[in-house]
Amino acid sequence: MKQKPLTMTRVALGSLLRKPATVPYPAARKPVYLATRGHIAIEEDKCNLCLICDRRCPTGAIAVDRTGKTWAIDRLRCIQCNHCVDVCPRKCLAMENDYTTPMQMKRSDVVPVPFTPPQPKPKPAAAPAPTSDSPLQAKEERPGERNHEPPDQSSAD
Amino acid sequence: MANRTVIPFGPQHPVLPEPIHLDLVIEDEHVVEAIPSFGFIHRGLEKLVEKKDFTEFTFIAERICGICSYIHGMGYCQAVETVMGLEIPERAKWLRTMWSELSRIHSHMMWLGLLADAFGFENLFMACWRLREGILDVIEETSGGRVIFGAAKVGGCRRDVPDDLLARIPAQLNAVEDELRAITNVFRDDFSVRQRLCGVGLLSRNDAYDLGAVGPMLRASGVAQDSRLDGYAAYDKIAVEPIVEESGDCWGRTMVRIREIYQSFDILRHVLPNVPPGPVDMKITGAPKGEFFARLEQPRGEVIYYVKGNGTKFLDRFRVRTPTFANIPPLLKMLQGCQLADVPVIVLTIDPCISCAER
Ligand code: SF4
Ligand code: SF4
Repeated sequence: MKQKPLTMTRVALGSLLRKPATVPYPAARKPVYLATRGHIAIEEDKCNLCLICDRRCPTGAIAVDRTGKTWAIDRLRCIQCNHCVDVCPRKCLAMENDYTTPMQMKRSDVVPVPFTPPQPKPKPAAAPAPTSDSPLQAKEERPGERNHEPPDQSSAD
Repeated sequence: MANRTVIPFGPQHPVLPEPIHLDLVIEDEHVVEAIPSFGFIHRGLEKLVEKKDFTEFTFIAERICGICSYIHGMGYCQAVETVMGLEIPERAKWLRTMWSELSRIHSHMMWLGLLADAFGFENLFMACWRLREGILDVIEETSGGRVIFGAAKVGGCRRDVPDDLLARIPAQLNAVEDELRAITNVFRDDFSVRQRLCGVGLLSRNDAYDLGAVGPMLRASGVAQDSRLDGYAAYDKIAVEPIVEESGDCWGRTMVRIREIYQSFDILRHVLPNVPPGPVDMKITGAPKGEFFARLEQPRGEVIYYVKGNGTKFLDRFRVRTPTFANIPPLLKMLQGCQLADVPVIVLTIDPCISCAER
């Protein structure tokens, strides 16, 4: 076993002559890849407040409020697992490739959802809900139900 | 006889990034005995299995460790798949092999950096971590995450990797490998590195075997044992030769890991062009009923997953025996009689991941 002197000096001199390996953020940014899991975004127009993402999110980061008609995500709890995107029946969630800017305060991003759920007891004067076409609604209407979906759902897509 | 003193080492220590506490009984700068204590970061993940759907538990299994994350997720899936009698598609098996080897490379490169840091070689530390970024980029481009791959699922893989990307990876790997040679030469040849590693933390072949060492610890003491030889995923179609060193000291363990990095590059060069076409996952119906032990080779050594299902979506029992856990008794043996100043290096050469050990 032969010991050689100055092996590290050569590596160090090489680093000295090389361009910096780091990126001068925020002036320049590392490119994101198509596959990068950055953050969750919602197309709120398509959402029917079915609560599936809320129930299936492993960290409980999503809170869907049917009475207040909002979809909210706590980005500090979200682990970018992509599960909500996989299970959303209306395909309105997407995993964007870029990261969100760091937060200065702990809060949830609340998105109002312009969806009118069908009334449990339709009043005579009420106009019919325009987008009550989801077959999931009848099933999801049961209050307080926190059951998981059957396991084969997650492998469906 | 000299006085005996007890020096607490960890859980917060400048060179040790892991929360393990050792009470070192010292006599004249020599360690007589080391008494470990654990449990600073116990997370109760094994209990969580009773509350999570078995498919969703994959996300938790992946997060047992932040370094060998993929193999944890994959090992859990493999155990559940065996209980359910699923034969996953070929392409998924090959992709799993690819990701396992990528995680081995990035874990070993990270460890080399930490080792350099432990013996005070900051420049080498940074050089290792800079090169590791190249591997992390490949991991991010293929799986979407830098360290948490999020690609394992019961029944295959959660995402497919396009063929053109698979064809592009070998060039990226070759670039990293070329640069890595200069760095690993430093570990192999440098005078000061050898002074810190050679003959330090000796573990004899018998001790390694008897105390249940796993992975590079065991192989550096001359025992040719590698769970990849069991042929899980696509390893039954790849020739894997266990990398063995005879010296049993810190330097031997370093050499085993360095040679394993190059071996993983070779395996990847074989795997990438041979990934067969086809689907990457399958539909799963029903729930696991029965029990199984899965054994996989992680960068740190052999890991064991025990899964017991009762026919419902919620598993009865899940247990992980992580490699660090198995390597603690040999570590205590190695610490007996060593110099106090060598303790950080010796602890690091088991590649400790205390968070894994405390699931
Ligand atoms: S799963 Fe999709 S449709 Fe249902 S509440 Fe969530 S975002 Fe809306
Ligand atoms: S990505 Fe995962 S953790 Fe984040 S909101 Fe979706 S399901 Fe929850």
